[in-house]
Amino acid sequence: MSGPETATSDIVGAAHARLRHDSAVKHVTGDAVYVDDMPPLPGTLEIFPVVSPHAHATIVSVDIAEALRAPGVAGIFGAGDIPGKNDIAPIFSDEPILADGLAEYAGQPVLIVAADTYDLGRDAARLIDIGYEVLDPVLTIDEALEKGQFTYPPHSVVRGDAEGAIEAAPRRVSGEVSCGGQDHFYLESQVALAVPGEDRDITVHASTQHPTEVQRGVAHVLGIEINDVLVEVRRMGGAFGGKETQATGIAALAALAAALTGRPAKLRLRRDDDMIVTGKRHDYRFRYEAGFGEDGRLEGVKIEMATRSGNVADCSSGVMARALCHADNCYYLPHVRFDGLPCKTNTVSATAFRGFGGPQGMLAIETVIEHVAAELGKPVDDIRRINYYGDGGRNVTPYGQTVKDNIIVELTERLMREVDFEGRARAVDDFNAANATLKKGIALMPVKFGISFNLPTLNQGGALVHVYTDGSVHLNHGGTEMGQGLFVKVAQVVASTFQIDIDRIKISSTRTDKVPNTSATAASSGSDINGMAAHIAATEIKQRMARAAADHFGVETGSVEFRANRVYAGNESISFAECAHLAWRARESLSATGFYRTPDISWDAKTMTGSPFYYYTYGACIAEAVIDTLTGESRVLKADILQDVGNSLNPAIDMGQIEGAFVQGMGWLTSEELVWDEDGHLKTHGPSTYKIPGSRDVPPEFNVHILEDAPNMVPTIFRSKAIGEPPLMLAISVWLAIRDAVARTGGRKVFPRLDAPATPEAILMAIEDVRERANQLPSPLTGEG
Amino acid sequence: MTDVTLTINGEERSASVPPETSLLRLLRDEFFLTGSKLGCDVGDCGACTVIVDGLPVNACLMLAGQVDGRDVVTIEGLATLEDLHPIQKAFEEFASLQCGFCGPGVIISAKGLLDRNPDPTKEEIKDALSGNLCRCTGYTKMIEAVQDAARILRGEKEAA
Ligand code: FES
Ligand code: FES
Repeated sequence: MSGPETATSDIVGAAHARLRHDSAVKHVTGDAVYVDDMPPLPGTLEIFPVVSPHAHATIVSVDIAEALRAPGVAGIFGAGDIPGKNDIAPIFSDEPILADGLAEYAGQPVLIVAADTYDLGRDAARLIDIGYEVLDPVLTIDEALEKGQFTYPPHSVVRGDAEGAIEAAPRRVSGEVSCGGQDHFYLESQVALAVPGEDRDITVHASTQHPTEVQRGVAHVLGIEINDVLVEVRRMGGAFGGKETQATGIAALAALAAALTGRPAKLRLRRDDDMIVTGKRHDYRFRYEAGFGEDGRLEGVKIEMATRSGNVADCSSGVMARALCHADNCYYLPHVRFDGLPCKTNTVSATAFRGFGGPQGMLAIETVIEHVAAELGKPVDDIRRINYYGDGGRNVTPYGQTVKDNIIVELTERLMREVDFEGRARAVDDFNAANATLKKGIALMPVKFGISFNLPTLNQGGALVHVYTDGSVHLNHGGTEMGQGLFVKVAQVVASTFQIDIDRIKISSTRTDKVPNTSATAASSGSDINGMAAHIAATEIKQRMARAAADHFGVETGSVEFRANRVYAGNESISFAECAHLAWRARESLSATGFYRTPDISWDAKTMTGSPFYYYTYGACIAEAVIDTLTGESRVLKADILQDVGNSLNPAIDMGQIEGAFVQGMGWLTSEELVWDEDGHLKTHGPSTYKIPGSRDVPPEFNVHILEDAPNMVPTIFRSKAIGEPPLMLAISVWLAIRDAVARTGGRKVFPRLDAPATPEAILMAIEDVRERANQLPSPLTGEG
Repeated sequence: MTDVTLTINGEERSASVPPETSLLRLLRDEFFLTGSKLGCDVGDCGACTVIVDGLPVNACLMLAGQVDGRDVVTIEGLATLEDLHPIQKAFEEFASLQCGFCGPGVIISAKGLLDRNPDPTKEEIKDALSGNLCRCTGYTKMIEAVQDAARILRGEKEAA
């Protein structure tokens, strides 16, 4: 189908307007209600989770007799009490909400205590006696590989003969690089409130990106039908992928307590528990080999991409698919072998996190590109340029999709020109020549990010729109609001479609009984699929209203026009409200559902080929960083971003997404370090040990620009583009700039191995390594910088 | 049980709570003032920031008993029926927040700053907000909003 092309703006709040978040006023007054703020229902129980202290152990005995007698305890439940199936796997199966005989990570829930208050539950939990037989945990990628332990069968993206091409190429590099995981650290920790109703009915208020999966999970666990469960989500206090699959278990535990006690039950994870119990971004280790010409043109690239998938598959296969499909980033690679190895380890499940494998894949190929440049002693941006996707056959990705909307060359060149990249690079050289302790680095990061879920099935959206006889509109769709501004964007779409002011449109919470069988609000696809679905629903109603107006005024339906809160028919015009009333009198339905499926996408998971992405979103960032070579500390001095958003549905919202994503990515690559001890206990489980960026960490010079006049080439809703994830990867520029600074400590003679996050410790190690290797080079150093 | 009587947003309130109850729990569970959020439970995120006797504090770290007889201002006490507080207004206008969860704490911290220092530098604003974590934004729009609100509060700019 072809989408709507333009949106005129003689109404308030049309598409493309810079509107603030629909809840902006409630956010600042404290009136915005999150799940934990809901007025308490009488008799509500609070849940205290009892988790395994061991990374790997058989559960040999459970004694809850004494705890059950403790004050305020309504029930203590384990795997054996689950009436349905102890399984909430989103893709595969056998992923329990409560450990059944076997604990597979330190922090895995074993029992829940439902008590009058959280504190009473915690007190009672002290009286529980669980016998464990401790087993050896598998904690590292190497241990898992040695045991051949995977959470699902490994898969690869292969094109041509990478090995042969590398062999035949004039020049070669090989190396290894790792990146860490990342805790989501949404400010609102995981929470769900389950309220039992009549018969087997249960209502769950959850902080989830995926109400349908919660609904399915709860039904599954309780052994009831999906239609017995209603899930409602008004808003989340942040999610970032952390509430895509991870919220399901939380909601299912609350529902279990509610169903078994007949009382409302709430589970809110404390921050430390949230960090220990729930999944994080996948960490990765990459081993690469590349063959290339003297000009730096890549011939063959081989990358082994191993990740700690954690104790279960969860959505790791999807994350891996995206990593495999983004390890080309913006580069044409003729011969490719990317092997994805999802290692099963006794650590918490690695899960969805903004970018979903994309950032990791890009970090790998950017390392290859930079290594090639270092090997040839050429400017890295020359190597980038010569390898960018182009035409004449050089526009097909390793997985077989033709890149038709490529703008990366123009975009990066424009950014480099606008920030005077060459001048800045010279200034960095000068600084480094004059400073021995401090070293600066500068880097460009280009990004091409595929939009659509890799799995075509998930690319569907639904909406429900009602118009009332006073002309006010009720809007509902399958997308959830986590702060990203989806609700206001979709409301802008509906305002534009009806040509009415946005304040006539009521935004409503996401509910599984209004729009069923939805996909997660994820993969940056929220406004693409829900916006289009809402547009389709509104268009349907509009046509009926036009018919009523045409009949009434005796004109052709096609000549009826909606403009500026009015409906025009021939020489007459009536208000939108009058037209709604007219349509009702004419017995037209003023309610419609809208359904949208993203066209032209395909994916064969067996061969890992197809055209899974409807389009790509592009962007670039130039970052400058300084390191202290004595302490290893780093600071980002400046970041300049140019981001493609198509015809932005709402530039104010998009600017916020770009800034926020960049800063979040910066945290991932610099300060956010997850540390497990040798027994598999997460040691960084609170804000005092796990450092997300604070107000002082943001680059002092931070310039974000949206690429103007760049409508999406495919007919998305008003030619906009998805924006949630792509800018996160722009932050890789920061890590590249730090690596550049490290390289300067060895006179840029050797290519540094710098793992992410680039903590002071990692930077010091890299410097030491660089200096040592530079000193071993035959020709003496002639200076640094 | 501990008996506390305090002034919250200009109104005298009393409650009887278990001695380990935090000020945050007192506000949220006893008085249903849920604007102050529970973000980390350990004094490190600032989501629970309220003003006690003129100074911003983390309500999750204070015991209810410690505020007996004292004066507490929460996010609910900033706006009047007619109007948002200039800081709130600026946060709204600058689209400073995304999910909003950190917002009440950030705004209260900003108020604590501007009450003491009506003309802060950008660095001073960053310092004042350094105890408030936000995971959604890049902080820049918050800082701009605080600067703008300061101008309005100093009378250098008309409120919009
Ligand atoms: S909840 Fe009080 S500082 Fe985080
Ligand atoms: S707006 Fe979400 S945490 Fe600040």
